[in-house]
Amino acid sequence: MTNDLLVADSVSKSYGDFKALNNVSISVPKGSIFGLLGPNGAGKTTLIRIINQITMPDQGKILLDGAPLKPIDIQNIGYLPEERGLYKSMKVGEQVLYLAQLKGMTKQDAKIRLKYWFDKLEIGDWWNKKIQELSKGQAQKIQFIVTVLHQPKLLIFDEPFSGFDPINANLIKDEILQLRDEGATVIFSTHRMESVEELCDHIALIHKSNKVLDGKLTDVKRQFKTNTFEVGLQTEQVEKVTEMIKSRYEVFPASFKNLNDDLKMNIKLSANNTSNDLLSFLTSQAEVHHFVEVVPSASDIFIQTVKNN
Amino acid sequence: MTFVSPLIMVALIAVVAYLSQLNNDKERTIAILDESGLVSNIFENTEHTTYKILNGVSLESAKDVVKTEEDFGLLYISASADSTKVVDRVRFFSDESPSLSIISDLERKIEKKLSDTKLQLDGVDLEKIEASKSSVNIAQETFSGEKTSKLDSYLKLGFGGAAGYMLFMFIIIYGNMIMRSVIEEKTSRIIEVIISSVKPIQLMMGKIIGTSLAGITQFAIWLVLGGVLVFVLTAIFGISLSELQMPQQQMMQDAMADPSVANEVQVAVQSFFNLPLANLAIAFMLFFVGGFLLYSSLYAAVGAAVDNETDTQQFMMPIIMPLILAVYVGIFTVIEDPHGTVSTIFSFIPLTSPVVMLMRIPFGVPIWQQILSLVILLGTFAFTVWFAAKIYRVGILMYGKKPSYKEIYKWIRYS
Repeated sequence: MTNDLLVADSVSKSYGDFKALNNVSISVPKGSIFGLLGPNGAGKTTLIRIINQITMPDQGKILLDGAPLKPIDIQNIGYLPEERGLYKSMKVGEQVLYLAQLKGMTKQDAKIRLKYWFDKLEIGDWWNKKIQELSKGQAQKIQFIVTVLHQPKLLIFDEPFSGFDPINANLIKDEILQLRDEGATVIFSTHRMESVEELCDHIALIHKSNKVLDGKLTDVKRQFKTNTFEVGLQTEQVEKVTEMIKSRYEVFPASFKNLNDDLKMNIKLSANNTSNDLLSFLTSQAEVHHFVEVVPSASDIFIQTVKNN
Repeated sequence: MTFVSPLIMVALIAVVAYLSQLNNDKERTIAILDESGLVSNIFENTEHTTYKILNGVSLESAKDVVKTEEDFGLLYISASADSTKVVDRVRFFSDESPSLSIISDLERKIEKKLSDTKLQLDGVDLEKIEASKSSVNIAQETFSGEKTSKLDSYLKLGFGGAAGYMLFMFIIIYGNMIMRSVIEEKTSRIIEVIISSVKPIQLMMGKIIGTSLAGITQFAIWLVLGGVLVFVLTAIFGISLSELQMPQQQMMQDAMADPSVANEVQVAVQSFFNLPLANLAIAFMLFFVGGFLLYSSLYAAVGAAVDNETDTQQFMMPIIMPLILAVYVGIFTVIEDPHGTVSTIFSFIPLTSPVVMLMRIPFGVPIWQQILSLVILLGTFAFTVWFAAKIYRVGILMYGKKPSYKEIYKWIRYS
């Protein structure tokens, strides 16, 4: 229990007749980057809003550090909503100070932290600029600073990379990783599976208001692995070797890049075969140039799970 | 803007005053051709009008004379055997159509002369009639012995009306400001960042209280600055703003000439201090604040329900209607009878009570009525805040289509 920073315990929420969340439980381990995944309208944002105490759950409870969520806990949470913006005609400096004070920081502390972040993200002379004078990417940087300025224990990013150019997206990604290394826990909601692959240690998949999958990313992948190996062989007797393999294993076509014009295939093992059995069989038949286990990508898992439900 | 607005207002008033002075300054000559010989001696030249009596010319040549000399117009009274039948024979010729005041002035003079003539013909002594005229001015006094007067009533109406109207203006201006700032937070999408830090109800109340205080400050600056500027302008340029109200002023001057009225003015000054000033001040503050809070919570709810200002129309109607009703009820029924059934009832209905009660209070409203009305008002405010907060907390996170009343009802149910 104490190892989890945030626990959502059987949370349900309805809007009129529409059930937005149905008995959803998640546990977010301390110091992890937790990917909250799901198609549009699955209930991710509702769950995030409940964690931020913007809406109240109908049933279930949220524990932060083992204790039920209290109003003061907003100071421990930094939230970057998907629908985000700033006061357009307010100056950057005053605005960030104001928002930091809403999160319980003193003006002095906020100024010090703000200077740190301005230096870090190479924002020099924006203090007296109005938001409407900044580009979209620049405004997003300010928004990011607003989210992390009060050094919250829990950071929640809802689609953080939308609207960033690749350079800034990378910058923000590195910042998120660094914040994690400094001890923050991150909940990260997105559709972009490549960023899940890069960042997340844990994931939960919400689909049609229900949690359909969760766990450590590597565990989930193990759960989804098909015992399939990608193989590249070099032989003169292509047809004979292919026949031999097909008689023993299930074979699918494969395509990957390598130096030689090999015989390429995906070979699926049955439950009682090991990879070593396969490898020794293959070496007896041909020269093995390529032998890799096929690991399901987050994207594969996402699509497969959503389709099956 | 805060400082420039009163400047502009005062400048505008000064310009209007100056222009109307200019307008009155125009001198005109009116030619009179009186074939009956009855009325020609009753016209006396005034500052702006010169009368010119024409004799022994035909109507046509008189017209020519007036035209060539570019006089303003020609008053023509045709001859008649019976001097009392002149009434239908008066005509006025001019290039431009004369103003109502010129015509009625002429009519009044002729009527007076004719009726005097008729009376004389009937053998009535005009001097006796003059002597028989008597002026009655009922001296009013309350049972507790305070002297009041008609002027006193005007004063009360003035106070009540000004207070009620000020509240009305204040609600419209600053209620809209609250609504706009709610919409601004929605359209700039900062709202979700803010409400992850504060509760929606805190945000809404903060907005209402903050805007009220800003509004009161701005209003106070306007009043003070406007007052000072009017004073300065009047002193420097000698533009008398009261000249804007010629008839009343005339009446006042006439009245002042009369010694009994001079006395009345004294009574009026005294009755100013007889007004329930302390009650007025306290009630003004309480009803002003209560009324504004009530309406502004509704404005905030409307702002939360829509995405942009053009969508606010259908929701504004139910807010504006009672407000306008209050002002009209206040103006029409309170003047008629400040303690009549209609005005009393409307001074208890929460959406109209602040305006109507403020108009009634100078006439002396029992304290229990004021307190009851205030309690109802504040009770309703508590309800509307609860109600507005429900719309607010759902509405601020809703984007896209304009909600219908039915949908808003749903929001209230499920939040």
